Amino acid sequence: MDIGLIARLLPHFLQAAGLTILISTLALALGLAVAAGIAAARLSPSRVLRGFGAAYVSLIRGTPCLIQLFLIYFGGPQVGITPGPFAAGVIGLGLNIAAYMAEAIRGAILAVDRGQSEAARSLGFSRGQAMRRVILPQAARLMIRPLGVNAIALVKGSSLVATISVVELTYTAQRLIGSTYRPFEVFGIAALLYLVIIHTLRRGIDRLDRAYAPG
Amino acid sequence: MSDAPGRTPMIEVRGARKAFGAAEVLRGIDLTVGRGEIVAIIGPSGSGKSTLLRAINHLETLDAGEIRLDGRRVNLPLRGRAFERHVNALRRQIGMVFQQFNLFPHLSVLDNLALAPMRARGLDRQEARALATTYLERVHIPEQAQKYPAQLSGGQQQRVAIARALCMRPKIMLFDEPTSALDPEMIKEVLDVMVELAEDGMTMIVVTHEMGFAREVADTIAFMDHGRIVEALPPAQFFTAARTERAQLFLSRILGH
Amino acid sequence: MGLDFTVLADYRGVLALGAWWTAVLTLAAAALSLGAGILVALALLHGPRWLALPVRGLAGLFMGTPLLLQLFLIYFGLAQLGIDIPVLAAGILGLGLHFAAYNAEVIRAGIGALEAGQAEAARSLGLSRMQAMRHVILPQALRDTAPPLGGNMIALLKESSLVSVIGITELVHAAQRGISETYRPFEFYIAAAAVYYVLNLLMEAALGRIERRAEASR
Repeated sequence: MDIGLIARLLPHFLQAAGLTILISTLALALGLAVAAGIAAARLSPSRVLRGFGAAYVSLIRGTPCLIQLFLIYFGGPQVGITPGPFAAGVIGLGLNIAAYMAEAIRGAILAVDRGQSEAARSLGFSRGQAMRRVILPQAARLMIRPLGVNAIALVKGSSLVATISVVELTYTAQRLIGSTYRPFEVFGIAALLYLVIIHTLRRGIDRLDRAYAPG
Repeated sequence: MSDAPGRTPMIEVRGARKAFGAAEVLRGIDLTVGRGEIVAIIGPSGSGKSTLLRAINHLETLDAGEIRLDGRRVNLPLRGRAFERHVNALRRQIGMVFQQFNLFPHLSVLDNLALAPMRARGLDRQEARALATTYLERVHIPEQAQKYPAQLSGGQQQRVAIARALCMRPKIMLFDEPTSALDPEMIKEVLDVMVELAEDGMTMIVVTHEMGFAREVADTIAFMDHGRIVEALPPAQFFTAARTERAQLFLSRILGH
Repeated sequence: MGLDFTVLADYRGVLALGAWWTAVLTLAAAALSLGAGILVALALLHGPRWLALPVRGLAGLFMGTPLLLQLFLIYFGLAQLGIDIPVLAAGILGLGLHFAAYNAEVIRAGIGALEAGQAEAARSLGLSRMQAMRHVILPQALRDTAPPLGGNMIALLKESSLVSVIGITELVHAAQRGISETYRPFEFYIAAAAVYYVLNLLMEAALGRIERRAEASR
């Protein structure tokens, strides 16, 4: 263990960790927004929308995230989209996690819907009102855990953007392993930073879950 | 008791003590079971009946006292591999039947019976299955051999469990409330098998709430309460002339008069 | 320049070979992840105490950090230690150990969920701890956890794409070869995605059959 080396590398790593957090946060925001839309489509009365939602989830979940990322970054220019590495990373990660998060949202809504929806409708609520006032407030709580699991997976998955040269944690680790020939020290620092980020995220999710606990 | 003179009893329990945390479950148990003797252990729930039975099979470790099976110490101060060898050898000689049957759901009835003879006694598959078939006939359900436990009724499952224990040719059979989880109409078929076993001379200790069975089949009734054997008498005497107040109270409750 | 999927025709063989290696890699890593996952679960449940802490720490490390980072470590780290293994073996090792940590978690929970009576019945018949585990406990735990284990294997198939970065010539790598010669990334990545999708469907069908068989023996 070379303390001097670690001290020299640390500033690089902290900056890279910042980028990992930033890209994960932006992808999470995009992912949640898209996921809400996909979940709504999958639960909508329209057959076309339901089919679109199901196809989206199936195609995204049935293929590797890495390929989706490459398709956007390397294939994009062929169809007139030219995102930079960072933008491609946010879009790719966001669209990917959206498929998984849509299922988490849909699952939570369906878990509440049975019974509750009928009860609300029998009280004279419209379908929309029943969803907004009765179903969603209850489902929100059920979503926290599964969405949290996806958020943690997203942080780890954000390492994939290293392959399109975004200078986040894994890219930095790879480069520094190559230049220092000290894989274990470099890996150790990167691993520690990932563990800290994920641990913090997990505690946040726990807190959120408790805050919304009934009673 | 039915011991031939000069022969050791099958089971000897001396001063058995066991506590779970602050709760003393066995508070000095003495019990002797002769060869071919049938002992019914009765008493209110929480009196330590099951714990005593499990201690004989070393599923529970005693805090104090000793248990002998056929003259050999059951509870030895062994550890690690030596302990493992000791209990494995011991348990092969003791058949145990549980309240919840505990059949292996992933194996067919035949394989439930053949597993231990193959793995613990080294029989080959063919020998083990032949043995299994013999004992399925003894409990009158040879036709269920290829089914899975979940496809059988509770009474059938418990009979398979009895046959599974018999396949190890044990010296003694322990029954831990064998009919308590059964629907009333299935109790008799299990008790009938146990009666036949008794008639064949098997040594048996039966924890039960079936007073009819205890009265007709047992040689001795041991009444347990608060971790002690309060009385141990032949059934005729026990049911008519139990000496202790607690046994009388228990009998009046359970017999409804 | 527009899209032209006909360029793929010349690379059918290359892509098929890549798909073949993806399948081989996935199956080998899946087998390793199940075997190692069982060992880790047993070590945590029944192993000596001195073993539990390092095993738990390593499993936590495998689950708490990105697979890509682990692949880089195995690839560069083994070289650093002077251990020279083929890159394919390094990829299988990385994927297998990563998913072993997840499988161990599932299997441990499966064993824990079984009724105590199962072990007691096995032990009371005179089976040793090992025999009870092998013939009574593990078969049931694996049967009960077939769906989540299958989910892990589906994830493994997709994540196997990451080993392309350490130079294993699987499907992504095959696509990249085509791209380097034709400069048509869109077509090749779509083709690779399609192949993954089909492999995914095949795997789901196979897992479905296994699960139905497991379900039948309840």
